Amino acid sequence: MSALLLRDIRLATRAGGSAMLALAFFAAVATLVPLGVGADLKLLARIAAGVLWVAAVLASLLALDRLFQADFEDGSLDLIALAPQSLETTAFAKTAAHWLTTGLPLTVLSPLLAVLFGLPEEATLALFVSLLIGTPAVSAIGAVGAGLTLSIRRGGLILPLIVLPLLAPAVIFGAGAVLEVLDGLSNGALLLLTAFSFFACVLSPFATAAALRLNLGS
Amino acid sequence: MLRYANPTRFMQLSGTLLPWLGGASIALLAAGLYLGFTAPPDYQQGDTVRVMFIHVPAAWTAMMGYGLMAVASLVGLVWRHPLADVAAKSAAPLGAVFTALGLITGSLWGRPMWGAWWVWDGRLTSFLLLLFLYLGYIALWNAIEDETRAARAAAILALVGAVNLPIIEFSVDWWTTLHQGESILRSGGPLISTVYLWPLFAMALGYTFLFFTLWMIRIRTEILSRRVRSLMLTGEA
Repeated sequence: MSALLLRDIRLATRAGGSAMLALAFFAAVATLVPLGVGADLKLLARIAAGVLWVAAVLASLLALDRLFQADFEDGSLDLIALAPQSLETTAFAKTAAHWLTTGLPLTVLSPLLAVLFGLPEEATLALFVSLLIGTPAVSAIGAVGAGLTLSIRRGGLILPLIVLPLLAPAVIFGAGAVLEVLDGLSNGALLLLTAFSFFACVLSPFATAAALRLNLGS
Repeated sequence: MLRYANPTRFMQLSGTLLPWLGGASIALLAAGLYLGFTAPPDYQQGDTVRVMFIHVPAAWTAMMGYGLMAVASLVGLVWRHPLADVAAKSAAPLGAVFTALGLITGSLWGRPMWGAWWVWDGRLTSFLLLLFLYLGYIALWNAIEDETRAARAAAILALVGAVNLPIIEFSVDWWTTLHQGESILRSGGPLISTVYLWPLFAMALGYTFLFFTLWMIRIRTEILSRRVRSLMLTGEA
């Protein structure tokens, strides 16, 4: 499992890998928003959490497309599936690699963008924590979609349609955790987000493995 | 129930049931509409209260549709039965249409009542997400060429969606209470009186029967078209 994890991380971070691309996409989307809504820092601080959360989800989706696809096309997924570890473990390892190369870097970058949006410090911390907790759920649920759309030639087009509605809770609780700090009220968003994330991370590998199994025809 | 899972037996049974189901839905819808239009106008909402009779049952039916689709998917996934796959596939477009109908009539009702075509109310939003779930399911099914593979992939998606739906519902409700100050315009309307309850009942039953009628027709069509296809493949036709 750790071998697979390391292999995927290496593939994603080397030249042409998806990690940098997702990060650049995240920053580019976040830059476009102020150009669209105006430079009013008060307004930007208010919408920062929502914008950065949506941008993070979209950036993760961008890299999901290739999560299993490249290995499926060149046949290495068949070989990985033949290995003694279960397909669930494989799914979990690849999902974890996806998170380590997209979700985690996005989270690390987010405070910098939050500064550009004029988000107060405590709220920036809340955003960082909420992304840290919530992005694994994005990777986990996204992996189910990536597995399901594996054999479709232009699967990347269908993937967002089936994954985005399922990610609504993550965006709601994630952005809610920041608004909680901004408004100085306590709504338990972070706890709900943690629950959702655990739930998604624990159950998704099984659905992903089922999807892989049917696409590998075994 | 498995006795009727045989396509031939299903075709016989549904052939006999279909006219009755269709008749029942027409009668119930007619009765519901008549009762709905003869009911006195509401003291607050006036005549617009009648939108309720076509709106609320559509929403109920849309949710029922997802439930039936998920159950059929589970049966198809566990017992690998093609008829269950066909049933799940046929339920999706119907559910999507009922969801869209619920959204459209809700929007038409919201305009005079809330003064806006759309408000980010909890139910509206979760129904919009439900519509996207349906559309994703249909798109996934259409994108995969191999039928058994498409059925299994779509079934997994339907089940993941079914597990997620309550969470989505909860999160959206939670979200609207967070935003309460700006968007909730609904006054706590009066409790529904029996004058409105009866037409609502009739319409709800009528919609349910209509769903089953259309569902059965779609399943029959699918079975027949598969038979035609296999006949053409074997060159017997």
